[in-house]
Amino acid sequence: MIQLSHLQKLEAEAIFIIREVVATCDKPVLLYSIGKDSAVLLHLALKAFYPAKPPFPLLHVDTTWKFREMIAFRDETAGRLGLDLIVHVNQDGVRAGIGPFASGSRVHTDVMKTQGLKQALDLHKFDVAFGGARRDEEKSRAKERIFSLRSAEHRWDPKNQRPEPWQLFNTRKHKGESFRVFPLSNWTERDVWDYIALENIPVVPLYFAAPRAVVRRDGAWIMRDDERMELAPGEVVETRMVRFRTLGCYPLTGAVESEAASLTDIIAEMRSSRASERQGRVIDHDGAGSMEQKKQEGYF
Amino acid sequence: MAVAAEKKRPGATAPLPANDSSGLSETAQHSLLRFITCGSVDDGKSTLIGRVLYEAGAVFDDQLTALDADSRKFGTQGAEPDFALLVDGLSAEREQGITIDVAYRYFATEKRSFIVADTPGHEQYTRNMATGASTADLAIILIDARKGLLPQTRRHSFIVSLVGVRHVVVAINKMDLVGYDEAVFDRIAADYRAAVKSLGFTSVDIIPVSARDGENVMRPSAAMPWHKGPALLPLLEAIVVEQETRDEAGFVLPVQWVNRPDLDFRGYAGTAARGRARVGDAVTVLPSGRSSTIARLITPSGEASNAAAGQAVTLTLADEIDISRGDVIASAASPVPVRRELRARLLWTGERAMLEGGQFVLKLATQAVNATIGALDHSIDIEGFKPVPAQVLRMNGIGLVTLRLDRPLATLPYQESRDLGGFILIDRISNETVAFGFVVAEPGAGRSLNPAEALGTADRLRQARNRLIGAPGTPDRRLWWSAVSWRLLSTAGLFGAALALTGRPGVSGVLALGDLALRPTLRGLHARLWQKHPSAALQDGAGI
Ligand SMILES: Nc1nc2c(ncn2[C@@H]2O[C@H](COP(=O)(O)OP(=O)(O)O)[C@@H](O)[C@H]2O)c(=O)[nH]1
Ligand SMILES: [Mg+2]
Repeated sequence: MIQLSHLQKLEAEAIFIIREVVATCDKPVLLYSIGKDSAVLLHLALKAFYPAKPPFPLLHVDTTWKFREMIAFRDETAGRLGLDLIVHVNQDGVRAGIGPFASGSRVHTDVMKTQGLKQALDLHKFDVAFGGARRDEEKSRAKERIFSLRSAEHRWDPKNQRPEPWQLFNTRKHKGESFRVFPLSNWTERDVWDYIALENIPVVPLYFAAPRAVVRRDGAWIMRDDERMELAPGEVVETRMVRFRTLGCYPLTGAVESEAASLTDIIAEMRSSRASERQGRVIDHDGAGSMEQKKQEGYF
Repeated sequence: MAVAAEKKRPGATAPLPANDSSGLSETAQHSLLRFITCGSVDDGKSTLIGRVLYEAGAVFDDQLTALDADSRKFGTQGAEPDFALLVDGLSAEREQGITIDVAYRYFATEKRSFIVADTPGHEQYTRNMATGASTADLAIILIDARKGLLPQTRRHSFIVSLVGVRHVVVAINKMDLVGYDEAVFDRIAADYRAAVKSLGFTSVDIIPVSARDGENVMRPSAAMPWHKGPALLPLLEAIVVEQETRDEAGFVLPVQWVNRPDLDFRGYAGTAARGRARVGDAVTVLPSGRSSTIARLITPSGEASNAAAGQAVTLTLADEIDISRGDVIASAASPVPVRRELRARLLWTGERAMLEGGQFVLKLATQAVNATIGALDHSIDIEGFKPVPAQVLRMNGIGLVTLRLDRPLATLPYQESRDLGGFILIDRISNETVAFGFVVAEPGAGRSLNPAEALGTADRLRQARNRLIGAPGTPDRRLWWSAVSWRLLSTAGLFGAALALTGRPGVSGVLALGDLALRPTLRGLHARLWQKHPSAALQDGAGI
C-alpha cells in the first residue's frame, strides 16, 4: 500500500479544495498577493486542472506600496503562464492620499487592502476568493474554517462558523454572501518552503539574502524601495545582507539580516530560527486581537 | 511515480515538473499524526496543547513574549505563563478563559509531524469537538485527577468512537493537585477502562500528567517514578495508527469535476477514496452502471501508470460515457452499492431539533441528493451508550434514522469508508449544516439497488453478456472463445469416435449432444461446491 508523505497529503487536500470550489461555486477568483504562499497556491491550481488552465483569474489588490520586484514578478508570472490577471487599486484611497507614511499602517491597510479587496470582489461579482493564508500564521487564523463564510458586507463571524467535518464542505450560500477559501490552511511555513524546493516553484528574489539598501526604523530594517520614503533626521541608508520572510507593502515589512541565499539555506535557517514569520510585519502588532478584528471587517 | 513525456495538445499547459527531494527539511518525508484533545471544561486541554507546542519548540520567541503579556492580562496562573493562551486565539475565548471553537496547531519533532485540534469542552460546542475528531487518528482525553470521570468524559469518548477514532490516550491531568498519588491514578484508570469497554477502541493508553508543570509531557516525570509507561510526546511519536484499509479494497473515485479543456480531452477529476487504479483497469460508473476501462491517469506528479487512495487524480476512460460530478467511478470487480434508502446515525448539529419528515440536502463525498427523514428509531444516551426511545433529536443528540433519497446514492458503511459513509445534512433554507451522518452497516437495512436497475435494456443485455463471456477485446472474451472452440472440437471428436464404434449416427449424435450439454453443468456444480463464499462484490444486493 502506498503511504503518502506528509507533503503529498497536504498537496492532495489543497487540490481537492480548489476543485471543490470550481465545481460548486459560480465565479471564483484567486487572490494573488505575489508572496510564497500565493506561489504555492497558484502552482496547486495549475495541477488541479491540468491539462486545462485554472478556470479563474488572478486578482491582485495593489496598495501601490508593494516592492517593485514584486510587481515585476507578478506580471512576469501571469505572462509566462498565460493567465488572466486583474489588478485593482482603491482609487478613492489614492485620491484621498492614503499611504503608510501619511496615514499610518492601520488606516493604510484598511483602506488600500481591506476596502480595496471588497471593492474588487463586488465590482466583478466574485463569489469565492481563494487565499493563501495558513492557520499556523496567527492565533485567530488557527480558528478559521477552510471555507470561511462572509456576509454580504464581507464580515466574518468567528463565533458562528459552520462545522466542517471530514472533507465535506458545505458550499451553499445565500445571494450576496461569499466565501474566502484557504486551501493551504493546514500547511506550515516549513511545508511551504519544502514544497517550493521540491517542485521548483519560482518565488520573488526578495526572499533570498542579498545586499540591499535598508534603513533602521522602529527596530526594523526597512528597505527604501523608492523616493516616497523620506529619511528622518539621523537616519542613514546602509547596505546590508538581508532577506524577507514575508512580503507586503515595503514600508511595513521588516527585513531580517541573513546569509541565506538559496532554498536550502532558507530551510536550514528556518529550522534554527527562534522568531515567528510574522514578526517583521507591522500590521499584526497594532494591538491584541487586531488580526481577528481586521478579519471581521473583511480583511483576508 | 513515472512522469511520461506526452505530446502537447491544444490548450494544454507544459508537462508537470518532476520531483527532486534533495535539500528538504527532514519533515518533508515524515509520517503525519492528526490528533485532538477532548474532555470536560477546565480539565486542561488547551494548557496541555500549549505545553506540548512549547516543549516541541513550536513556540517562537516573539510569541513567548506576547504570551507573557497575555498571561498577566488574561491568565489564570498569576505571573506564570498560562499556556492555554497560546491556543485560545479568539478574543472571546481569552476574555472568558474558555475554548469556543477548534484551533488547529502544527508542530513537528524529529520523528513525526503533527496536526492537533484543540477542541472545546462545553456541551453546546460538541459539534466543534466532533469536527476536530472527524479527521483525527487519535484522541487525547483529559481527566482532572481531582474530579475523575465526568459525564463529558463519557460523551466525548462515545463521539470519538462514533467518528471512528480507534486510538485513545487518556491524560489524567493536574496530578500536582493530588500530590502525584498513584492510588488516585489507578482508581481513575480502572474507572475509565471499565467505562469504555464496549466502545471497541484498538488501543487505550493512560498517562498521569501535569500539563501546567510539564510532568510526563516530554519525558518521564521524576515526580511520578511509579508510572512505568512512556511520557505523552514519545508515545505520540511512536504509536502506529493503521490507515483505513483503503488500498486493498476496490478502487473508488467520486467524480468531483469534469475537466474538458477541448474536444480531445475529457478527464474526470477527484480524490481516490480507496483502492488503487491502473491504466487498463475495468471500471463501472455509478449509479448508471455503465462500464469502460481507464485510459490515462494523471496524478499530481504527472502522467502515471497507477494511482492510490488519497491522491488527487484526473483520469480518462476508453469509452465516451456521460459522466458528471457526483457520479462514482469504481473498479468493475467491486462496485459500490447504490441505495435509495439509508440507515444512518446522525449527530444533530442544528439549532432547531430534528423532526421526522424533515427534508434536507445530503452531501456525501461529491454527491448531493435530497433526503427525507423517515423514522427515528431511537436516540442514544451517550453517557450510558444505550438506545432510548425518542421522537425528536435535539442539538448534540445522536440517533438512528432511516433516510429516503430522491436519487440513488453510491455509499458504503462508515466503518468501511469514511469518505463514502460520512455525510452532512444541510438545511435548504438557512444553508446551516444540521447534522453529521454515519451510514450504518446493518443486515436488512435500506435495500441496495443493483446498478443494473438504473439501466436501459440494451445496456443490461450488454452487461449480462459481458458478465457471461467477458467484455469485447478483454482476455476474458478470448478465453471464452477458446473454451467454446475446444468444446465444439471435443464434441465432434466424441461423435466421430462413437460413430466408428457403433456405426449408428443417431446414437452417436445423442451421445455427443448429451456430453455437450451435461459436462459444463456438472463442472459448474462441482466448482460451486468448492467455492467458499460468493465474493463481497456479489453480495452488494444483500444490503449490508
Ligand atoms: N494545577 C494545575 N492546573 C492546571 C493544570 N492544567 C491546567 N490547569 C489549569 O486549569 C484551568 C483550565 O485549563 P484549560 O487548559 O483552559 O482547560 P480546558 O478548558 O480543558 O482547555 C486553567 O486555569 C489552567 O491553568 C495542571 O496540570 N495543574
Ligand atoms: Mg480549552
